[in-house]
Amino acid sequence: MNFLIEDRKTRIYWNPYFGGFLLGLILLFSFYMSGRGVGASGGIKSAVVATVNAVAPTHAENSAYFSKFLKGDKSPLNTWLVFQMLGVIAGAFFSGAINNRLKIRVQHSPKISPKTRLWFALLGGFLFGGGAQLARGCTSGGALSGFAANSLGGLIIMVSIFGSGYLFAYFFRKLWI
Amino acid sequence: MGPLIPNEIISPEWNHVFAVLIGIAFGIVMESSGFSSSRKIMGSFYAYDFTMIRVFMTAAITALIGVLYMDYFGWIDRTELFVVPTYLGATIIGGALMGIGFLAAGFCPGTSFLAAAIGKVDGMVFIGGAFLGILFFGEIFPLISDFYYANYLGHITIEESLGIAPDWLALIFVVIAVAVFYVLSIIRKSVQKVKY
Repeated sequence: MNFLIEDRKTRIYWNPYFGGFLLGLILLFSFYMSGRGVGASGGIKSAVVATVNAVAPTHAENSAYFSKFLKGDKSPLNTWLVFQMLGVIAGAFFSGAINNRLKIRVQHSPKISPKTRLWFALLGGFLFGGGAQLARGCTSGGALSGFAANSLGGLIIMVSIFGSGYLFAYFFRKLWI
Repeated sequence: MGPLIPNEIISPEWNHVFAVLIGIAFGIVMESSGFSSSRKIMGSFYAYDFTMIRVFMTAAITALIGVLYMDYFGWIDRTELFVVPTYLGATIIGGALMGIGFLAAGFCPGTSFLAAAIGKVDGMVFIGGAFLGILFFGEIFPLISDFYYANYLGHITIEESLGIAPDWLALIFVVIAVAVFYVLSIIRKSVQKVKY
């Protein structure tokens, strides 16, 4: 299936337009079946709410933010996005397995140490997690699904994530090139 | 008439089953497109590999056009799709923070799960960071809730805010995407290769 492979020498990844087209079709299928788009940060948020609720239930109920996502006796983990994210993990594992990409490792530019890489991954995750709460969606749920559903909010999330990325890319260049 | 599960043409018990199936399909396609590699994703910001932008924009315009077709065929009513509420200030600042997080980590939440699923420790650490970031946000929420709820524009669509018909809007986005793809292919040839 050579047409799937962009770089025939390495034979690693699918052609990006083919992958993007399939991704769009899956998103459409999700709209058609469940009436909603896909997401990712919402799944992590459910895990946070469930953890806070398990460790300190009164604190979760009194929290102005976490209490918004508590619905009676129903577990905060019992949401569409959590199930979808479990599927994503399984799908990625499957794709990694058939392409020989399963390996415990830290991927980083040779110019930085694994330790630096992990600290910046932690920092980036922290900013992304917090930013997604403020913007009410991340790249998947906010930008991609929101834009496809014609939300102005989705378009603004998309433009501000990539705009800020290109604007500040210079300052982070030593991590990548 | 879709969406099938909310309209109970398919029983709601199936909703989480389809959530898992849709997730699996997403995971396979994104991992196979290279989204489990932070260095491949960041190529789009440093001009050595534009895969991320190409996949993302192709998916966005495919879904945008597809929604119009599904509405035209009467499969779904596009006006019933969930439109996220727009709070202008919070969305822009939140997006800017995510952009900086993206540069620092090379992942967004979705791609970090792909990386973690195939054993990349940096992906797992990112998820931990996102967990802490959300926890932190929840704890400081009373301090920032005024800003969080400021500049509310409602559940507003792109066409309502710009006053352009949806089919013309889709055409404009397709033209923008094709132009971007063309420009990227030119830039790509003039930038030094980065091995990763």
